[in-house]
Parts: sequence; C-alpha cells; structure tokens
Amino acid sequence: MSHTKPLVEDFATDFDHADPQWVSNPYPIWEDLRTRCPVAHTDRYGGAWFPATHELVSRVAKDTENFTSRSVVMSNLRPTDEDLPAPIGIAPPITSDPPFHAIARRLVLPAFSPGVVNALEPQIRALCNRLLDDMGDAAVVNGGTQFAQYIPVGVIQQMLGFPLEDIEMFLQIVIDVLDSIDSSAEERQATADKNRAYFEKQIQDHVDNPRDDFTTYLLNAEIAGGKLELDHVIGTMVLTLVAGIDTTWSAISSSLWHLAQNPDDLARLVNEPELMDVAVEEFLRFYAPVTMARLVAKDHDFNGCPMKKDDWVLLGFPAANRDPEVFEDADKFIIDRRENRHVAFGLGIHRCAGSNLARLELKVAIQEFIKRYPTFTLENPSEVTFSPGQVRGARNLPIRVK
Amino acid sequence: MKVVINADACTGQGRCFGIAPELFDFDDLGNGVVKGDGTVTTELVEKARLAEANCPEHAISIEE
Repeated sequence: MSHTKPLVEDFATDFDHADPQWVSNPYPIWEDLRTRCPVAHTDRYGGAWFPATHELVSRVAKDTENFTSRSVVMSNLRPTDEDLPAPIGIAPPITSDPPFHAIARRLVLPAFSPGVVNALEPQIRALCNRLLDDMGDAAVVNGGTQFAQYIPVGVIQQMLGFPLEDIEMFLQIVIDVLDSIDSSAEERQATADKNRAYFEKQIQDHVDNPRDDFTTYLLNAEIAGGKLELDHVIGTMVLTLVAGIDTTWSAISSSLWHLAQNPDDLARLVNEPELMDVAVEEFLRFYAPVTMARLVAKDHDFNGCPMKKDDWVLLGFPAANRDPEVFEDADKFIIDRRENRHVAFGLGIHRCAGSNLARLELKVAIQEFIKRYPTFTLENPSEVTFSPGQVRGARNLPIRVK
Repeated sequence: MKVVINADACTGQGRCFGIAPELFDFDDLGNGVVKGDGTVTTELVEKARLAEANCPEHAISIEE
C-alpha cells in the first residue's frame, strides 16, 4: 500500500503518479520534467515512461504500432500477451487496437453522438437541481460528495438502465478500478471478479426484460451478422461506468474548486452567461482530469529513450495542456481564452467516446450551481483532497455558499 | 473563403460544430462535416478562424 512506498525524490528518474506531491499539485512537477527530460522514467509498476510535452504525448497517442491500448490503467496488474482476450480487449473500444478498434468504436459512437446526447440536457438539469434541493439551506455544502460525484453516476445509471439503488456501489466500482492503483494484483483481480458477477446479473435482467437503454442496445448490436460476445458487452459496460463517472465528476468538482477561489471568474460567469462555452473549454484544458496509459508494443527508441516491450507509458493529456509551446500563458487560467486547442479528451483514434456527454454535464452542472449560488468561497481549503492516480479531481470540497 | 475538414484527421472532438454551427454539422458517429460547400460569408469569418484554431486534431483548414 502507498504508506509503505518511499516518497519520490526525483520525478525524472523515479516518478509515481500516486506520490502525495504529484496527487496534490502535479503541475510544477510536469513543468520541471518538460524542461529537464522531457521523458521521465520510473522502475515502479514494473517500469514506466512519462512524456511531458504536448508534442510527445501527441506522438504516443497517434502511434498505435509502437504502443498498445491493451491496458490503459497503469497499476501493479500488468496484462501479459496471454491475458489478452483478443481481439476484444478488457473494455472495448478503449482497450482495443486496430483493426478491431474501429469496429468496436463504430458500434458505440452513435449512442454518444451529439444528437443523442443533447437530448439528455433537460434530464441532466433536473438531476442537478434535485441535488441542489437536497442540500437545503445549509451554509456550507460539499461540492464534491454532495454534488459533482452524483451527476455523472446518475446519468450513467439511467443510460445503462441499472437500478437506482445501486448508485453507491457504482461509485465503489469506479474507485476500485481507478483509485486503488497501489493494491496488489490479487486484490485487483478479486475486485474485477466481483464486478463481473454484478454485470452478468444486470445483463440477465436486460435479456429477460429488454428496454430502451444502452445495455439493451449492446445486447442487440451485431458485428458481421453475429451478436457481441458476452466479454465484449461486459467490457463496454464497465468502460461506460468507469470512464463515464470519475472523469466528469472530477472535471465538475475541479471547476467548482476554481470558482470558489477566484471570485472574479465566478462573477464573470454569472454576469456574462454567454462566456460559458469558452469557459468550459478552459476548465477542460486547465483541469483536464484524465491521464491515459499505454503499453509499449515492441522494443524501440522513442525520443532517445530505449523503450522495451510491455513498459508502461503514462499518457499525460493534462500535462500536454500546460505546455507553453502550444498554449500562450499555459499556466494561467483565462476564462475567455478563445483559442484553445486543448487535448483533455485525448487525441487520435481513442478520442473520448463520451466527450459530448461529458462537456454537456460539465456545462449544465456549473450553470445550475452558480444559478443557485451566485457567490461562494472555499471553506477550509486545507481540507480539500484530490484523487490519486490517472483521474484527477477535487474529492472533498467544502464550499461556503452563504 | 471556404472551410474544409480533413476526414482522415477528424476524430470527432466536436469543437467545430460547437463554435460555428452555421458552418459545421456532425454525422451519426459525431465526426465533423462541412455544411454545404463550406463557403464562409463575411459575418462568419471570425467563427471559421476560431473553429480552425480550436481543433485539437488540426483537421480544419481554411482556403482563401
């Protein structure tokens, strides 16, 4: 577990994304790596690399020959070639490589297209308002545990057609997969087995009672005239749950964390609602929650680094978003930044399939929160915590609203 | 002036039709498509420029 691991002294040669310094404030670390390396290495997790510039992150993201997506969460459980349920991968399409990737992705994209997603706006707005109503007239609310985390979980629960009362369990599944990176391989496997049993139960329920939701959509989907294998259906459901919850929750909570500390930005958003679309992109750039991972597919030299097959590569889109080579005043949050080619949703063939939904949830959540609370501040800044690992966002977020 | 999308580079980031819905639309996979023949009228020049400048995949170009 993390308390037995030595603290990192030099992130260039021994980086660890679970190190307390990286978790609390990774930005100065990345800036240092960009100028000093720019590809960091660590022997932890069995060996991993971290390119810190936009250019190199982009190169890895677009190179599916030298880097495989077989596992995208860097942990102590490293899949071997034998573990791969080829060609599907554990959570298609995010864990799929070409050529199967295109087939698996084409299958899910229509369910997340802007046309389908935009229709969910009223229901997301209603969900936000229910959560705000539940806070009553408290003077201090928790923007993380009472608001942000319940928005994506509520949306995904409805989308998959899972029981409402299982929401707390979904949150636990997400935390098991993403936050517990220091668990042993055995612990991670036991959790995966337990989660699989739950998904099989929900699938059986949908087989018995088909309805208009994403689970039934997957059960009816076909590849080359045949229904999807069970592993494929479960993998995509796990992906939807894991990738759809923690990520958006983090983006919402980090945005509220920012507004609670920057009254000028909050006032501008309240007074100039037309700024919201550009502001959302700047929240996504500045507080991009998601760092991906790849495995090196074959021995090769990458920017002077001798990468070996099965080394991890941590793919830092949030670091790329702070690269001064690409963004003017990269380390400044500029709420009306008009030119913003951020890569919060990744680059290349694995662009976040849920990006349209995430963007909508983030926008509606901020709109409704600031409508209810036009002024608010951080209560006890020292109590704010951030999630460890590859999805970064404020977790405990006490906010004084009156 | 015309806007053009390089379909091989577009991955459906969604920025173009978010910024300039007058010039861009999306297909059923969420990829960007140019509306009509892509002609940019004077009042849409700024939006066309912003759509180009915000595409993370550099998939949009402007032909004078």
